[in-house]
Amino acid sequence: MQPSHDVLLLLVVLTNFWVLGTTRLSSMIRAAAMQGLLLAALPIALYPHASLHIVGLAIGTLLVKAIVLPHFLTRAIREAAVRREIEPLIGFTASLILGAAAVALAFAIAPRLELPGTPSGMLIPVALSTVIIGLLVLTTRNKALTQVVGYLILENGIYVFGLSQAERVPFLVEVGVLLDVFAGVFIMGIVVFHINREFDSLDSARLTELRD
Amino acid sequence: MTFTPVLGLLAVLLLAPALPGIANRVKSALTGRRGAPMLQLYADLGKSWRKGVVYSPTTTILFRLGPVVLVCTALLAAGLVPLDGTTSPIRFTGDLVAFAGLLALGRFMLVLAALDTGSSFEGMGASREVTFAVFAEPALFLCFTVFVVATGDLRLQDMLGQPLAHTWLATAPSLLLGAASLFIVSLAETNRVPIDDPLTHLELTMVHEVMVLDHSGPDLALILYASALKMALFGSLVVRVFVAGAMVSAPMALGLLLIGLVVYAMAVGVVESVMARLRMNHVPQLLVAASATAGFGLILLLR
Repeated sequence: MQPSHDVLLLLVVLTNFWVLGTTRLSSMIRAAAMQGLLLAALPIALYPHASLHIVGLAIGTLLVKAIVLPHFLTRAIREAAVRREIEPLIGFTASLILGAAAVALAFAIAPRLELPGTPSGMLIPVALSTVIIGLLVLTTRNKALTQVVGYLILENGIYVFGLSQAERVPFLVEVGVLLDVFAGVFIMGIVVFHINREFDSLDSARLTELRD
Repeated sequence: MTFTPVLGLLAVLLLAPALPGIANRVKSALTGRRGAPMLQLYADLGKSWRKGVVYSPTTTILFRLGPVVLVCTALLAAGLVPLDGTTSPIRFTGDLVAFAGLLALGRFMLVLAALDTGSSFEGMGASREVTFAVFAEPALFLCFTVFVVATGDLRLQDMLGQPLAHTWLATAPSLLLGAASLFIVSLAETNRVPIDDPLTHLELTMVHEVMVLDHSGPDLALILYASALKMALFGSLVVRVFVAGAMVSAPMALGLLLIGLVVYAMAVGVVESVMARLRMNHVPQLLVAASATAGFGLILLLR
């Protein structure tokens, strides 16, 4: 039978597809929250001999990625009154195909990266594919809020990568990363709010226009 | 040679018209209505069968051929599915391609019959049906590939039968991804919500139903029966994946399959109740997502 952490990693990839395929912002945020929840369960599944470090990491992830950030983003879309991504640079169908290609690529190159002491063979490919898909969302979508979600997914990938070395990375560094993300999304939220007030739209392409 | 494969085939051929009834009944119950009787389709089939046929003078032989070919291909495809998990009545290496090909041929003839009427509505329905099929077929083949790679066999009888049971424990995540993808494909192939709404009566939004508007009498009965049978076939493919994991004897497996088909029809009814149908331009997206899911299952196997 497959170990539970592999099932969690598999679901992480499925939430990535969900983020790529959905047009509604609220659904996208829900997917990101789901992914946060899965990522919070992941350290415990990977390292069953729970040290204080691992439990702390899980609780921190749960609070920041699964509760606070999605809540914050949901409030942001309510205030900005945006519902859906209308015209991404790459269409939804095409980005799903690209996402599947990214997963295939990640699984193809991951065995060549030999990292010492990774607890699961699926950790590195899932981390790589999550980073690529996050980057894809970040670069090809027009709405500032969608880009924030893309940034979150990208960071989730880095987090999964970090988990492969969780026993070695000091707790402080990871808390620092979580705090960075939190601050980053917080600042982006404020920026998004200001873009919306200034331009009556969240389309970041309009930031290139010059006017008084 | 045991009798269970033939018994299974007969049971599925007889019970197929009950499945849309079950789905509709679940839908009615969930929306607080009483709904049509579960066996309504049998009555509809009987009624249409007794009626006469009306052929428009603009139609040719293609129009008459459509329903017949549709029902024949569906019957042949039914023979390829290992309903009891041991043997299929018809089997040869690579018959999974024949399964997809037969259903595609049936659809092709129905599309030709629709175009033959010269009605613009039917042409529109035909074009939509084919557009969705273009996306559903790669997804179907990707699902089949998952099972082929998992079992190493190219016959439906093996890739959904005993060898699948033996590889279940080792490859469960891939098989579940394949089954999930197959479920979405089955909704597209059988024209259910969220791809198409079988109960809609507005020509502009109909897909499958608008194609068969001009068919009447026994022709219509054949088409209705073929759709029900197609639903039973795709349902059996999905259900077989799970029944294979149970590893039981052939008569038991057949019983489980029939119960599974009822559960499948109920699941379709639940899906229809909880979601609206997708906008036309979002349907390909859903089917590509299904392909991506099956593709991911395949990647996990090849790793």
